[in-house]
Amino acid sequence: MTSSLLELNDLHVTFSTRRGLVEAVRGVTFSLGAGEMLGLVGESGSGKSVTGFAITRLLDAAGRITAGQIRFRGQEITRIAGSDFRHLHGAAMAMIFQNPRGALNPIRAVGDQIADAITAHKRMSRDQARAQALELLRAVQIRDPEKRMAAYPHELSGGMCQRVMIAMAISCNPALLIADEPTTGLDVTTQKIVMDLLTGIAAERGMATILITHDLGLAARYCRRVVVMEQGRLVEEAEPKKLFRAPQHAYTKRLVAASPTATSRIADLVPKEEMGRAIPIKITPRSPPPPGRPPLLEVQRLVKRFDQGAAAVADFSMMINAGESVGLVGESGSGKSTTSRIICRLIDASEGEIAFEGQSIGHIPARDFHRSPFRKDIQIVFQDPTDSLNPRYTALDCIAHPLLRLAGMRPGDALRQRVEECAQRVGLGIELLTRFPHQLSGGQKARVGIARAIACRPRLLVLDEPTAALDVSVQAVVLQLLDRLRREDDLAFLFVSHDLNVVRMMCDRTIVLQNGHIVEQGESRAMFDNPQTAYTRELVEAVPHIEPKLAVSAT
Amino acid sequence: MRAGRRFLSSLPALFGVLVFTFLLMRVLPGDPAVFFASGPNSGKEEIEAIRKQMGLDKPVPEQLMFYLYDVGSGNLGRSMMTGQLVTKDLRERLPASLELTFTALLIALVSAVPLGVFAALRPGSLIDHGVRFFCALGVCVPTFVSGLLLIYVFYYLLGLAPDPSGRVDIFASLPPRRTGFLLIDFLLAGDFDGWRAAFRQLILPALTMALFVVAPLARITRASMLVSLGSDFVRTARSVGLPWWKVVVTYALRNAILPVITIAGIVFSTMLGANVLVEKVFSWPGVASYALDALLSSDYAPVQGFVLLMATVFVIVNLLVDILYGIADPRVTIG
Repeated sequence: MTSSLLELNDLHVTFSTRRGLVEAVRGVTFSLGAGEMLGLVGESGSGKSVTGFAITRLLDAAGRITAGQIRFRGQEITRIAGSDFRHLHGAAMAMIFQNPRGALNPIRAVGDQIADAITAHKRMSRDQARAQALELLRAVQIRDPEKRMAAYPHELSGGMCQRVMIAMAISCNPALLIADEPTTGLDVTTQKIVMDLLTGIAAERGMATILITHDLGLAARYCRRVVVMEQGRLVEEAEPKKLFRAPQHAYTKRLVAASPTATSRIADLVPKEEMGRAIPIKITPRSPPPPGRPPLLEVQRLVKRFDQGAAAVADFSMMINAGESVGLVGESGSGKSTTSRIICRLIDASEGEIAFEGQSIGHIPARDFHRSPFRKDIQIVFQDPTDSLNPRYTALDCIAHPLLRLAGMRPGDALRQRVEECAQRVGLGIELLTRFPHQLSGGQKARVGIARAIACRPRLLVLDEPTAALDVSVQAVVLQLLDRLRREDDLAFLFVSHDLNVVRMMCDRTIVLQNGHIVEQGESRAMFDNPQTAYTRELVEAVPHIEPKLAVSAT
Repeated sequence: MRAGRRFLSSLPALFGVLVFTFLLMRVLPGDPAVFFASGPNSGKEEIEAIRKQMGLDKPVPEQLMFYLYDVGSGNLGRSMMTGQLVTKDLRERLPASLELTFTALLIALVSAVPLGVFAALRPGSLIDHGVRFFCALGVCVPTFVSGLLLIYVFYYLLGLAPDPSGRVDIFASLPPRRTGFLLIDFLLAGDFDGWRAAFRQLILPALTMALFVVAPLARITRASMLVSLGSDFVRTARSVGLPWWKVVVTYALRNAILPVITIAGIVFSTMLGANVLVEKVFSWPGVASYALDALLSSDYAPVQGFVLLMATVFVIVNLLVDILYGIADPRVTIG
């Protein structure tokens, strides 16, 4: 094992918090050879990022390595002094972070930031450093690098910022690169470009890489070896193929099952025994809409312009029948969120017509729509379960709010009963109703958000990336819940998401948006299996798939 | 261009201030005519005559119109106290106040920013607590107390400072007036002894005022420095191995200084208007003590002129802060 670049031996990391000591990493052991690419996979709270920060000694002040060793090139680095560690930072090991825009200094030109990283380890003039920075920008394939040298992070896209971050990290040719969720929050196509670039550079320069991610598919696509962590422990280590074909540990099995793939169905996402206390499904068989009756929602030639810019949404038409589920996919900036907000009447369209059950609602200003009788028929589930709940409201208040405002109920036993019934339907324990959002987990908050949206028994639910902020295992449960609610109430869904695998499972039909235009639409599975336009094909191919055949046998 | 538009957009506010102070002065008790009559026993006719002479017998709206017309033509009226034009009085006294305030702000910034930075670098440490104690002391001791204390120690006990009697020794010769700022005028005249004398007069009142405003500046520096040090980009800077000072100064402090600029602007405007006590304690011939004297003797014109001046200074300082902010932060455009 002398050849390995990095060795972790029984690493423990403890954080001192207000509620006492919390062990974030409890005994992690693995090793990494020079030039190897290792995937470190786990859900939030698994300690995967903390492990990465412990290796590079970038833990918060509250975190401490309490036991174990980290050996880098055979040298024990857990105890060496901070000033000596500075010479390792950047020169021997570097990190790439999640949220690339936040990771760059907002008031310093990116060229200067890269030059800073270079001069930190090499003796050279500022001009030489800037020349090297320019070379690096070229190496990470930034278009027009001379111009971008003087750009500030806010002038660049997220993908561009991540390339700058990569340029900074590789500026002094470190032997070890730790990428902490490098593409989370980026579009699938950007994700593919950035990951291809990263692996290409690492291979070319012989850098060992640890890819920390929550996305099993991503790890499987780019890493030879994957390590799975759960609650600070390492539960399984294997080649990705083996991991998906025959996961050994119960947690890995659950994780593999919950990761949506091209062929997975909603029912497969969660093992039967873990479905929880769901009420048995009472499915009302969907009757075909009687002829002559207008569709639930009909949108015609919608256009939205912001200020003088190009149209964010152009010529958008669609319809949804009762009980139908329609997906809206596209990259960021494609106008999918704008469209969904116009449809649920939170913002006004510049042109176009929206009809709900044949009655025009497009002309009602968004400001006054809360007084419309249709408000309670069209409800929305927001992307961020935390930010979309009032921090001063308990779960009960949150769910009761639409009932008070829209259904005209008065505070009292009837209201309480109705709220409890809603909570029950979304699988939220009654005892949790008195809690405030910060006392709930991400999945529980998502359930509160859903309960609030269905409280008034809407006919159309607009879901704006409802599971984007959730772990895959929680996402699996929430998706199942949504699907069940839809069938029980004959709800129609407009499901906005960037995750094609999720849309494929959840939606009967899917609409693909690009730059505000519809590029393709059709029956979900057929369209994704056989995309007709180049853009859709690009989207589909960018999704890191776990080999479908393997995934099926794994469940 | 944009700065000009910003200035224009604040003119209505200035106009509002103008009208408001005018009305306020009319509502306040006290009759200037009585005050300026020759003696306590002067007859009714005499008072009436003065009133007529001052235009106080006309209805208030008409008085306002006259006043606005005068202000528009650059005439702020005549002070009954000094017998001079208010504009002349203010022009003589404003540099004294500005010089004092600028020096005090400079002292406060130079001491508050490092204090805040050191406190933020070691939160919860002895330094942090020391800074907090010092700040608390600075705010809770009124300026006239700290001013008198400083005089007692440095003038009476140690004899280091000159007597607190204004900007220069009465017998010293003044430099030719160019900017009105004595330190600059002495320098321009090449009179270094005079400069030193003026500086010695200035330092105690400036310190007194600085003590009072160190607290908000140091606290805001500490708070924004803590945020900045905990941010992702500082972590990035550390992850590529930048030297310690570069992380702290170029990455953390340069970002943390943005809110400090805003607070410094507010502090400056407050200091300029509210340093009456310091000016009184040190017999400083500034605008604030001038306005206070005028107010006590129901002398309308100087008070109105003073308020208008303060409002204008406030607008200009805010504009400067915005411009500075735009330079310091590329994300901000002045609009």
